[in-house]
Amino acid sequence: MENIKLSAHNLDLHFGKKHVLKNINIDFPKNQVTALIGPSGCGKSTLLRSFNRMHDLSADAKLEGQLKLDDLDISEKKNSVTDIRRRIGMVFQKPNPLPKSIYDNLAYALNIHNFPKKDIPQLIENSLKESFLWDEVKDELKKPAVKLSGGQQQRLCIARTVVLRPEVILMDEPCSALDPISTSKIEELIIKLKKDYTIVIVTHNMQQAQRISDKVAFMYLGELIEFDACDNIFRHPQKELTKNYVGGHFG
Amino acid sequence: MVCTFLGVILWDIFSKGLPALSWNFIHRYPTEGMTKGGILPAIVGTILLTFITTLFAVPFGVACAVYLNEYAKPSLLTNIIRASIRNLAGIPSIIYGLFGLALFVQTFHFGTSVLSAGLTLGLLSLPYIITTTEEALKRIPNSMREATLALGATQFETIKDVVLPKALPGILTGVILTLSRAAGETAPILFTGVAFYINGVTTSVNQEFMALPYHLYMLSTQHSAIEAVRPLAYATAVVLILLVFILNIVAFIIRYKYRTQD
Repeated sequence: MENIKLSAHNLDLHFGKKHVLKNINIDFPKNQVTALIGPSGCGKSTLLRSFNRMHDLSADAKLEGQLKLDDLDISEKKNSVTDIRRRIGMVFQKPNPLPKSIYDNLAYALNIHNFPKKDIPQLIENSLKESFLWDEVKDELKKPAVKLSGGQQQRLCIARTVVLRPEVILMDEPCSALDPISTSKIEELIIKLKKDYTIVIVTHNMQQAQRISDKVAFMYLGELIEFDACDNIFRHPQKELTKNYVGGHFG
Repeated sequence: MVCTFLGVILWDIFSKGLPALSWNFIHRYPTEGMTKGGILPAIVGTILLTFITTLFAVPFGVACAVYLNEYAKPSLLTNIIRASIRNLAGIPSIIYGLFGLALFVQTFHFGTSVLSAGLTLGLLSLPYIITTTEEALKRIPNSMREATLALGATQFETIKDVVLPKALPGILTGVILTLSRAAGETAPILFTGVAFYINGVTTSVNQEFMALPYHLYMLSTQHSAIEAVRPLAYATAVVLILLVFILNIVAFIIRYKYRTQD
């Protein structure tokens, strides 16, 4: 039996009158990479964002059902959203470095969670090394982060997430704005990171899903159609829809 | 076309005003029924007035815009608030003057003073400051807010550390342009504190004061020896235009500096 880190049970999400997620049940195993695939608008990103309560700010979002991190109920309003987001980090589609220096982008994350000042330089160095960025930026940590290339910015955003030592990292198409070389660096990084973190990644790229993920969930029109080991989804899909999608017949 | 008009106006004012403009004109008191001497009290009055307006309108206006753009959920109430602000911006400035007279001078007993006038001008500036600040905040992409929220920052930290600093150039530009407009207003201060002549400069907020635009108005239309003071009126106009111009240049520099930064 796998060790379940993150899960959703009977999850329904409405935006106003629109039913965006329909009765989703899914368990994400610990220290594995799970890819969410499906055509645009199928609810993958929405599901991903539910896990760190990014929908809190949308006035018309209505969420029912249960989201759990270990035994903690994520959707319970009284559980601190800042603690949850510290434990469940997120990397977005477009790199979004803060308008600060490379160093301060990471220091900011540590400061808001009151890490001891004396530990901060070491933590930052570790996390930049972990994200394969250290060698490229170690001599120019004071440089504005926006001056980095797109791929470097995205690795910085990953570094900014891992510097907090979260338990889960959510990634929303982290490579869609990057060139193939940057993409392969990030994929390499994701595979390395799964030793310490549970990773859920939304991707449109089938090859990428096959390269990096242990399990794959296929979603269509707000429903979870099939969820299985990566090989099974791509080689022996059980459902007709999945077969057509991974076979490239639509989407 | 617009530039030609501006050029003609500026040429007219400067050619007639510059000869009367001197260091004495700027740092001396008016003498002999305004026909001689300088306009120091009016300069000090205008600066003090603008300062009070800033103190009142900027914190209020920015806070209001932050509430509307960052916290308020779209609802009937916020729509009503927004509509009211837009409408406030369209109210003639003389109405603000009367309102200030009723509220600050009489109800709050601030008297006809630079405080009452500054607050009245503040009211006049609020809708512009709120609107321009809101526009500046809207230009900050949501991905910026998500970046810090996803790290576990509170909404307040996100606004304080990322949204406001990033929107600062836009906010400052709006604020300065609004203030430079407010500094040139006559109607709102007419009933609330401006005086044609006071002895010495205004040093306290509960005193009456002289102001450049009002001084100009009096010299050009109400003075007993209009012909004699005409050069002084033009010179006053030059000083007022220069003051506003300096504020606009500051706004321009701020924008330029921040734009080259990122």
